[in-house]
Amino acid sequence: MRPLMRRFMHQSQTDIKTLPGFYTVTLLCLVILYAPLLVVTVYSLNDSTSITNWEGVSFRWYVDVFTGPESQKFKIAAWNSFTIAIAAATIAATIATLAATAMVRGGKFKLRTVSLGLISLPLMVPEIVLAVATLIFFNAIDFTRGYATILIAHIAFCIPFAYLPISARMQGIDDSYEQAAQDLYATKRQAFTRILLPMMIPGIISGYLLAFIVSLDDFIITNFVKAAGVETLPTAIFGSVKQGIKPNIMAISTMLLGVSILLVTISYFVSKTDSKK
Amino acid sequence: MAGGAASGGSATTDTYKEARNWLLLPAWVYLGAFVLIPVIMMLIYSFLTKEFRGGIIWDFSLAAYGQFFFDRGLFGDEPAKIEWTYITIFWRSIWQAAVATLLALAIGFPTAYFIATRPQKARPMWVFLITIPYWVNLLIRTVSMKFMLRDTGPLNDFLMGTGLINDPITIINTNFAVQLGLFYSYLPFMVLPIYACVERYNFSLSEAAADLYASKWVTLRRILLPAVKPGVIAGCILVFVPSMGSFLAPDLLGGAKNFMIGSLIEEQFKGNAGNWPFGAAASMVLLSMVLIILMVFARQQARAEKEAS
Repeated sequence: MRPLMRRFMHQSQTDIKTLPGFYTVTLLCLVILYAPLLVVTVYSLNDSTSITNWEGVSFRWYVDVFTGPESQKFKIAAWNSFTIAIAAATIAATIATLAATAMVRGGKFKLRTVSLGLISLPLMVPEIVLAVATLIFFNAIDFTRGYATILIAHIAFCIPFAYLPISARMQGIDDSYEQAAQDLYATKRQAFTRILLPMMIPGIISGYLLAFIVSLDDFIITNFVKAAGVETLPTAIFGSVKQGIKPNIMAISTMLLGVSILLVTISYFVSKTDSKK
Repeated sequence: MAGGAASGGSATTDTYKEARNWLLLPAWVYLGAFVLIPVIMMLIYSFLTKEFRGGIIWDFSLAAYGQFFFDRGLFGDEPAKIEWTYITIFWRSIWQAAVATLLALAIGFPTAYFIATRPQKARPMWVFLITIPYWVNLLIRTVSMKFMLRDTGPLNDFLMGTGLINDPITIINTNFAVQLGLFYSYLPFMVLPIYACVERYNFSLSEAAADLYASKWVTLRRILLPAVKPGVIAGCILVFVPSMGSFLAPDLLGGAKNFMIGSLIEEQFKGNAGNWPFGAAASMVLLSMVLIILMVFARQQARAEKEAS
């Protein structure tokens, strides 16, 4: 009787959960979220100099990005974007891992709430306000704007994005492994580097990739703290779009959105790997 | 998104408590030097005097805030009248953000509910699908939206193709375009916190209501909605706050007439206006508003948690 009863209850439960129209709205939501991205991707393959008329599939605008009249500009911008993203993500993930260890494995302490507030500060302050503040700061200390200022600003707002998956992962790791290591005469430092850190790797990769994407994608803060002539991909794209959307911009945008989706997918699957092995 | 990981504390241990200050030191130093101090300096700058051609003079002045709220004539010697230009821009920012939030709620709530009622194994995949667009460059998403909404763009083609309209409708460079852009930018933020709440919701409560002959909609409104209210509020804040300070959507979709506070601030530093103290003051006004909203929310969450326990 038991399984029958459970089945009956389960049925009624799914029934009570289903609301008419919600499935349709969900599909609508996905269409809204993805349609603009798909449209840009499709039109980046358009074999026409106008963005309005469809003249068949071609990769000419992708070729144009690499060899066309603006290719030099894009190459420099891409170099700046990727080197800054790599450096910012590396430093932010390191700072975030150390901070997460203190927050998750450091017991209760007075400054815990304050520290958490400080780490999440870049998420709470509106992006444009953070941009203004950073610009004013560099101006006040007479720091010449350029590549370095972009990097410094990026590290700051990458820290919380790296911190979230890293600390979440650490909370999911039972500390009995480190306890066991210490029972077998490992020092705390050894317990950290030999036990906790290897188990943390999926979380750290996930945090690193999120920080990387956030840095790669940033426009507003970069736009404020960069010097004239120093461009990253988003600022270069913005500069071009101001004069109207051109097909080569659609191609470069499609490539950039492909990179983001690829990295966030990797991050997702890495962070899903079992933490209880 | 921040709430989930930030509030956790159950799994904390004190294995490395001797080292914790050293471990936290890099984060403190870095964020202190490059986030906290800059925000403080911005506060100071907002009380300084502007120099022509962009720059500041180290003289205390309330002129920046005065300019935001009052008009004292071209030479600043007339009796103060209320200056509506900036208040209007500020009000428009709030209004645009509010409409975007409502749109996001209308689409986001059913979506979150639907995902939370999927079989347990399928949910992460749905959540992932909702999150992906968030990680795509906001600039590219806004440009995509601009491309979609053009007079000769795919949306108009589609609407004319279905026969709903005969002539293309102008959406771009209107307030509505900005609202759509903001809604599109931050929609995932609405879904995620509501989803987290509905997932934790105990559906036997709904069953009990159904046993007592409540209809599905009554159950939804009277039983489920109060239970998931914190998630709804969190979602609304996560959409409203970034929308209000947004720069890209109004700049690319709204045209010159639909200025929001983000554009006003940008203009002071990057554009022709070049009034740094005024830009700093406008930023402070925006920041204070955001912090007040966040503080009220945190209070309320804490109270709700206390009631629950």
